Amino acid sequence: MRFHFKTSYDDDIRLFIDGWKFSLYAALLVFMLALPWLIDDFYLGEANNVLIWSVCGLGLMLLTGQTGQASLGHSAFMALGCYSCVIMMESGVPFIIALPMAGVITGCFGALIAIPALKLHGVYLAIATLALAILADDIIVLLEPWTGGVAGKVPPDIEVFGLTINRWGNPTEWYYMTLIVVLVCTLFYRNLLRAPLGRSFAAVRDSEISAQAMGVNIARTKTIAFGLSCAITGLGGALMGLFAGAFNNETFNFLLSIQLLMMIVVGGLGFIHGAFLGAIVIAFLPQFLSIVSDTMGHGVAIPGLESAVFGVILIVFILFEPMGLYGRWLKIRTFLELFPFARKDMFKRQKSYLKTERLR
Amino acid sequence: MSLLEIEGVTLKFGGVTAVNNLTMNVNEAEVFALVGPNGAGKSTVFNLISRFYTPVSGSIKFDGVDLLKLAPHEVPSLGIARTFQNIELFHQATVLQNLLVGRHRHRQSSLLPQLLHLPSVRAEERAHREAVEQVIDFLDLQPYRDKMIAGLPYGVRKVVELGRALASKPRLLLLDEPASGLSVEETQNMRWWIDDIRRQMGITVLMVEHDMGLVGKVSDRVLALADGAKLAEGTPPEVQSHPAVIEAYLGTSAISKTADAKGARV
Ligand SMILES: Nc1ncnc2c1ncn2[C@@H]1O[C@H](COP(=O)(O)OP(=O)(O)O)[C@@H](O)[C@H]1O
Ligand SMILES: [Mg+2]
Repeated sequence: MRFHFKTSYDDDIRLFIDGWKFSLYAALLVFMLALPWLIDDFYLGEANNVLIWSVCGLGLMLLTGQTGQASLGHSAFMALGCYSCVIMMESGVPFIIALPMAGVITGCFGALIAIPALKLHGVYLAIATLALAILADDIIVLLEPWTGGVAGKVPPDIEVFGLTINRWGNPTEWYYMTLIVVLVCTLFYRNLLRAPLGRSFAAVRDSEISAQAMGVNIARTKTIAFGLSCAITGLGGALMGLFAGAFNNETFNFLLSIQLLMMIVVGGLGFIHGAFLGAIVIAFLPQFLSIVSDTMGHGVAIPGLESAVFGVILIVFILFEPMGLYGRWLKIRTFLELFPFARKDMFKRQKSYLKTERLR
Repeated sequence: MSLLEIEGVTLKFGGVTAVNNLTMNVNEAEVFALVGPNGAGKSTVFNLISRFYTPVSGSIKFDGVDLLKLAPHEVPSLGIARTFQNIELFHQATVLQNLLVGRHRHRQSSLLPQLLHLPSVRAEERAHREAVEQVIDFLDLQPYRDKMIAGLPYGVRKVVELGRALASKPRLLLLDEPASGLSVEETQNMRWWIDDIRRQMGITVLMVEHDMGLVGKVSDRVLALADGAKLAEGTPPEVQSHPAVIEAYLGTSAISKTADAKGARV
């Protein structure tokens, strides 16, 4: 076990707790940068896909994992991010401006949506946002002049500083572009966590009543959380649509929201790592299943198998490992660090009481 | 003028009158204790001051400011901090992070600088951490600094909650049963802390407490409540020997009789 002797306030503020952690993440970054030389274009595309899902997941994680507000409406925000980015590109806005603008637009819209949603909690919030996700489909069809309706859109090639980035022609450049978005979003997320705003998110999640007693404006905090969350997810949605090469009203189906929520639960709610681990699971599950059904079922495709398997995984996690894959890893790590001194009940879950009647 | 002025406040929950025409004043730099049997309305008084409830009638003023005009989250910015009877901490966060939320009312940076972690944000963070570190030293919380609340023993959580309130550098500190559930030794510590909070930090303390031993030692004035109404007010010995108080306690339960026999509690 490593001990941290802290000698200044910055020890708690900086991004990496010690040199070891810094080297670990530096190595990871080098690995990610070297990836195009290590794997072929097909797998590079898969890696790109994982990263895009991670961006969407980071967005929802900020809202659900950090602030405790469930949303099943994030597919609508992915759609908004995607359509606004592509529409801007088509009308001649350079991609380098269109992408962040798409994030800003989606964020503002998300903050607006938050206002009527403020009164809703838990399941009710989930249902209301799900309604939004289902509505998005119809709205896209209704706005055909802009969205292309059912026929959809084929986004133009991305041009950055005179460089054309096409998924098939320049997979490496595409991958690096996604990686940059991931790094920026992750850095913003981390910065929030070490600033007053991030702490007030956690305060709202854990106890609204005492957050208020400390001066946290609940309505404002939730609105900002919605806005930031939707902005990040909007960026992810834009990348997803661009990467797909074509999209229409059904691309950002409400099922995507459900997948996204499952993804962050399986990855580990409340951890940045959780978004990435969940994205790996969600991106590779279809491949894994097709390999399994190839070897077992003579290549017969079973409809709905993917969703069913994912549902089962989700239930297993909620029942046995609510802290997700990352939570499981933390436990394994602590166990190894303390070996042989780990206590059996060390991670026993605390009984949590109903939030009502706690004021008396 | 008193720091906190409560005038003729009444609050009803359906048919129950939780607080009945209560008038009380808390002076600057004193320790004021609210006592009374369970269900007397003590916590409700705190929740009224925190603006979680709005009274049917009456007024509540803090340093001349009408609290009833404020939203709950605006109250702490005047310098009012509190703890809860049933401990309300942020469970999925460390002790340090909990105390840092206590600094919320002193935050300055807006959204964009925080996202970018500009030097001004870092400077602000250092200042927050310095203030919090002083509280950690004061309450001897160093061993628990980076521990999650979810795994901490009850007694420690109680202290963390006090710390979170202190981190906001309040003028008025509301403590709801600070010693309930604490061991003798922990209660002893709590007593010294309350003394120091008033003497060294100059913070006014309004507390609800059952342990009359503690109340007698730390408080300047005591107000006894029963069924939401004032029974008696004065110095601890005056209130303890007040006939109405004795009667209210003897009348309410057998527990108070045995407690009286021990002389430790009212
Ligand atoms: N939120 C509430 N809803 C209904 N009744 C309440 C509520 N809070 C308190 N009460 C009632 O008000 C009375 C005073 O409660 P309380 O202030 O918690 O007493 P205590 O002096 O023990 O802190 C009790 O009868 C209690 O049942
Ligand atoms: Mg009470």
